[in-house]
Amino acid sequence: MGEVSATEPEQGGTGAGDEPVIATRALTKRYRGGQLAVDGLDLTVPAGSVFGFLGPNGSGKTTTIRMLMGLIEPTSGTARVLGQPMPRATRAVLPHVGALIEGPALYGFLSGRDNLVRYDSADPAADPRTRRARVAAALDRVGLTAAAGKKAKAYSLGMKQRLGLAAALLQPRRLLVLDEPTNGLDPQGMREIRTLVRELASDGTTVFLSSHLLDEIEQVCTHAAVMAQGRLITQGPVAELSAGARGRLAVTTPDTAEAARVLKEQGVGDVVVTDDRVTGEPPDRDLAEVTAALVTAGVRVRGLTVERASLEDAFVALTGEGFDVAG
Amino acid sequence: MSRADPSAPQGRGELREEPQTARTRRTTFRASLLGNELLTTFRRWRTLALLAVLAAVPVLVGIAVKVETGDGSSAGPGGGGGGPAFLSQITNNGLFLVFTALAATVPFFLPMAVGVVAGDALAGEANSGTLRYLLVAPAGRGRLLLTKYATVVVFCVTATLVVAVSALTVGALLFPLGDLTTISGTRIGFAEGLGRALLIALAVAASLIGVAALGLFVSTLTGSGIAAMATTVGLLITVQILDQIPQLHALQPYLFSHYWLSFADLMREPVYWDDLTKNVELQALYAAVFGSAAWARFTTKDITA
Ligand SMILES: Nc1ncnc2c1ncn2[C@@H]1O[C@H](COP(=O)(O)OP(=O)(O)OP(=O)(O)O)[C@@H](O)[C@H]1O
Ligand SMILES: [Mg+2]
Repeated sequence: MGEVSATEPEQGGTGAGDEPVIATRALTKRYRGGQLAVDGLDLTVPAGSVFGFLGPNGSGKTTTIRMLMGLIEPTSGTARVLGQPMPRATRAVLPHVGALIEGPALYGFLSGRDNLVRYDSADPAADPRTRRARVAAALDRVGLTAAAGKKAKAYSLGMKQRLGLAAALLQPRRLLVLDEPTNGLDPQGMREIRTLVRELASDGTTVFLSSHLLDEIEQVCTHAAVMAQGRLITQGPVAELSAGARGRLAVTTPDTAEAARVLKEQGVGDVVVTDDRVTGEPPDRDLAEVTAALVTAGVRVRGLTVERASLEDAFVALTGEGFDVAG
Repeated sequence: MSRADPSAPQGRGELREEPQTARTRRTTFRASLLGNELLTTFRRWRTLALLAVLAAVPVLVGIAVKVETGDGSSAGPGGGGGGPAFLSQITNNGLFLVFTALAATVPFFLPMAVGVVAGDALAGEANSGTLRYLLVAPAGRGRLLLTKYATVVVFCVTATLVVAVSALTVGALLFPLGDLTTISGTRIGFAEGLGRALLIALAVAASLIGVAALGLFVSTLTGSGIAAMATTVGLLITVQILDQIPQLHALQPYLFSHYWLSFADLMREPVYWDDLTKNVELQALYAAVFGSAAWARFTTKDITA
């Protein structure tokens, strides 16, 4: 896997193991109304990653997922999922993919359990003899066993979301596509989803997760991509993305003036003094030297850290501060 | 694996480790989606309400005839004259209520019920968003469409039988049963009469196949279940009206409702097959045309709901 850059996505290896789970080339979708929703997308999701798919409202995340799942035909470009072309190979690919797209959709007049039975029977690769056990296990996994007999129309938003997740987890999957999975969940629910995602990832399932909750992405994702107005802005390991928005060197000291002088000498740019803290852009040289220089100059250092930029900083830096949805 | 799955080009071995029994297993799977679809359809409150309305028609007709003839006179003008509605014969033989009830429901109630179920089949799933989950399950678009059509056809048969069985029950409760006179004036035994009633029910069910295909096609066009149901029922009414306009008689043999009352010919001795055959042919034509149109539309459609 290794590094994946935005402009030059890694060519999938020939071995099945390191072939990307999702690979799109110049994927483009223009809806019938003329709306260009996804524009020349080159996305590469490495196998085994937990991949965060970010972007402001209307940036084309759901549209991309629909193309990956074979629900809509790309206007141009190609999409490969699990090594096979979509939407042509849906029958072979989708039994290995669990998906939650744009929130759950349920049959209100059926019980939670019967909803799952229905979705399970729609999968030709699912053995009807083990259906009951599969459904029970999926219900248990999302904590709905007690409410399984209740009609789905009587479910709360979070319960519906959980049931949708259960449907995605009916089978052991190689890829899980989750479009805003924590929508409507209570804090416990969100934590459980994170735990679940980590569990699945450690079992080798690749998880493709779209979300607006950046700290959530930061907590669970190994990789991320950022979309804006249908275009891919960047993709790569999460650590690199937030590093892209450069962390800041922060020195806590009562001798701020002296510290600022020394730091400038040491090549720290954009030095800012606030109360008892001096911050700046970290220099290229070894931080040990900076520390030594501070100490030699008699600066009483209480703490010296490089504060990692949050993914949120990176996201805002990439997509802009503006609140309005792009037309 | 692409050998077992022709729709999966360039299949990679690692994707599907299916045993050799795949083919036989897959047939059970198909049946199983159909089974689930039937269960889901017939558990719907709306389906049950439609069937209840259909079951009520013979009850109303039966009671009306009973009340009308409570003084001992026979119903209808001319008495015993026959005619496609068989109304006048009911008092002599409850079995005729089956024929009357089918004749009363075939122009509107039965096709309307079929139109509602067929129109909602895919549009309703699109409306509720469940369609996308069926498709990523993956149900397969062709497989899902066939399942839906099969279910609508089962509903056609069920709806017709509900009318027939309800009529037979009411007829047996309110009127005497026994030998009966055909339209041609010959007499046949009660057992053969029952057989004819069953044949008539099947002929009526077959009459509905065209509406079913039309409704399913409309259902692929829209993402709103209500719109699809309304369009189908609207088309049904329009066609019925067109079939009544004398100036359009050149067109009328191609309207799906044109031979709907041909089932009465099963009560002739010998049976007059011409119109019955034409009806079945016409329904098959509608099923082929609108079935193909539905296939073309549904297998290529963008599912965004
Ligand atoms: N069915 C549709 N027909 C026409 N245009 C559409 C359709 N669905 C989405 N769009 C348009 O495509 C663009 C991308 O929408 P999409 O739903 O993919 O965004 P998103 O990134 O999922 O947004 P959100 O974060 O709000 O879910 C938007 O401009 C939207 O208006
Ligand atoms: Mg979305």
